[in-house]
Amino acid sequence: KQCHLKAGPQMITAKLELKPPPYPLDALEPHMSRETLEYHWGKHHRTYVENLNHQIVGTELDQMTLEDLILVSYNRGNILPQFNNAAQIWNHEFFWESMKPGGGGKPSGYLLELIKRDFGNFEALVKELKSAASSQFGSGWAWLMYKANRLDVGNAVNPRPQEEDKKLVVVKSPNAGNPLVWDYSPLLTIDVWEHAYYIDFQNRRADYITVFMEKLVSWEVVSLRLELAKARASEREREEERRKREEEDGYSAGSEAEEMYLESETDESEPEAE
Amino acid sequence: IMMETSWSCCTNLGPSGSSLLVTSDMSKLFQKPNFAQLCQQKKKELQGPRRSAKVHAYYGLKSPPYKLDALEPYMSQRTLEMHWGKHHRGYVENLNKQLEKNDTLYGYTMDELIKVTYNNGNPLPEFNNAAQVWNHDFFWESMQPGGGNMPIFDLLQQIEKDFGSFTNFREKFIEASLTLFGSGWVWLVLRRNEKRLAILKTSNAINPLISADIPIISLDMWEHAYYLDYKNDKGKYANVFMDHLVSWNAATVRMARAQAFVNLGEPKIPVA
Repeated sequence: KQCHLKAGPQMITAKLELKPPPYPLDALEPHMSRETLEYHWGKHHRTYVENLNHQIVGTELDQMTLEDLILVSYNRGNILPQFNNAAQIWNHEFFWESMKPGGGGKPSGYLLELIKRDFGNFEALVKELKSAASSQFGSGWAWLMYKANRLDVGNAVNPRPQEEDKKLVVVKSPNAGNPLVWDYSPLLTIDVWEHAYYIDFQNRRADYITVFMEKLVSWEVVSLRLELAKARASEREREEERRKREEEDGYSAGSEAEEMYLESETDESEPEAE
Repeated sequence: IMMETSWSCCTNLGPSGSSLLVTSDMSKLFQKPNFAQLCQQKKKELQGPRRSAKVHAYYGLKSPPYKLDALEPYMSQRTLEMHWGKHHRGYVENLNKQLEKNDTLYGYTMDELIKVTYNNGNPLPEFNNAAQVWNHDFFWESMQPGGGNMPIFDLLQQIEKDFGSFTNFREKFIEASLTLFGSGWVWLVLRRNEKRLAILKTSNAINPLISADIPIISLDMWEHAYYLDYKNDKGKYANVFMDHLVSWNAATVRMARAQAFVNLGEPKIPVA
């Protein structure tokens, strides 16, 4: 975010900037053409940024981070006008970073272990991702995420409430649907709005998804995100335990009641931090 | 006797109904059949004594009422080839595949199929395909070469009555197309209960048949409808539609038919 100091009474306003992809616009050729990047990033993504700036300038939303903006404007499902723009900005940044020139191949290390554990094998994961991306009717996104909660998240309804903790899941979302509102940790996304593939593939969404998986996805970034997600989950568990201990000791709850931290409604004890 | 009957017949159901295709090997047996009734009858017969007979009913891909290059330069031939030849065709084929597996949905008209599969808001898997087939038929017929301009006579009067002026209506329609988020459609409908025209935005495959309103024209705002010709410039696409493509003739016909169901005039009370 860019911060400008306005003249007069001390007021800092923050304007969102259009962040470029981490590679030149023709770097993903021939799998994703420069023309697509020019329109997709240069027009669609840019328009979301411009529109959001119009919406937030001069309001208290002006001073929030993008993530906070998304959560606030999600408004427990009763979305405010800023949500679509904010979420789409986040989604697109995440999407560009999910790809790289010379991408594709297979994941490795801890990520591959978890994939094998939660999907059986890598091919099964690819199949499920492809299926989710193909079957998202209309506009939307397909995600690979790390899920570390079974709770009803206050700000949204958990789409996979029966699944166990600390699991990789494939989820699809319509329009501007964004995983932050479910408190999941996103690892990878595929944009299946038609504007993402129409120039290069027209109606052949399945081919686009195949090319994405085989030639574009950056497993290094996904692995990195997984590490961060695990760290975040462990951190939370420690917070949760500390808070419980404090309560038992008779102190008032010390930690900040952030939106994302909710008291467990189940009687099960917290699993040990890995 | 092992009887393998595969048949499909062609009935043009109504103005914009997609053809229920039933081709008949047994056409020589029937002269002027009432196909729908026959289909049902045949099905009962075949389901009686155990025979290995399979009845297939298919919907057909209806062509637009003009050649694929007729809307140039406002909507390119390439767009029509993709949009009709691939997307629309895809919906028809997928619907047929689904119906093959689920013959409880057999025998409905397209309108009925949409309402049934919408299932009061909990749509069955066939809904998206069925509705999109209907939506696209309706869309092609909402356009014509040399379209645009303005409606006349009764329809214009009604628009002026319900929107203030044609300009205002046009503005509101374009605005709707710009503010629709994601994939969907913009409609001019005749509201049954309110007895007036209104502009409606719907998402994905939803259409006004669900709310029992009567559609008069539609604009496809799925990106595949305009991306090849206009890329992200929705505004230009919507304006071009209004100025050069929309068929007020079709709209007038639909309006006239709609008045069989909705009385727009003052009640005519005879004076003794």
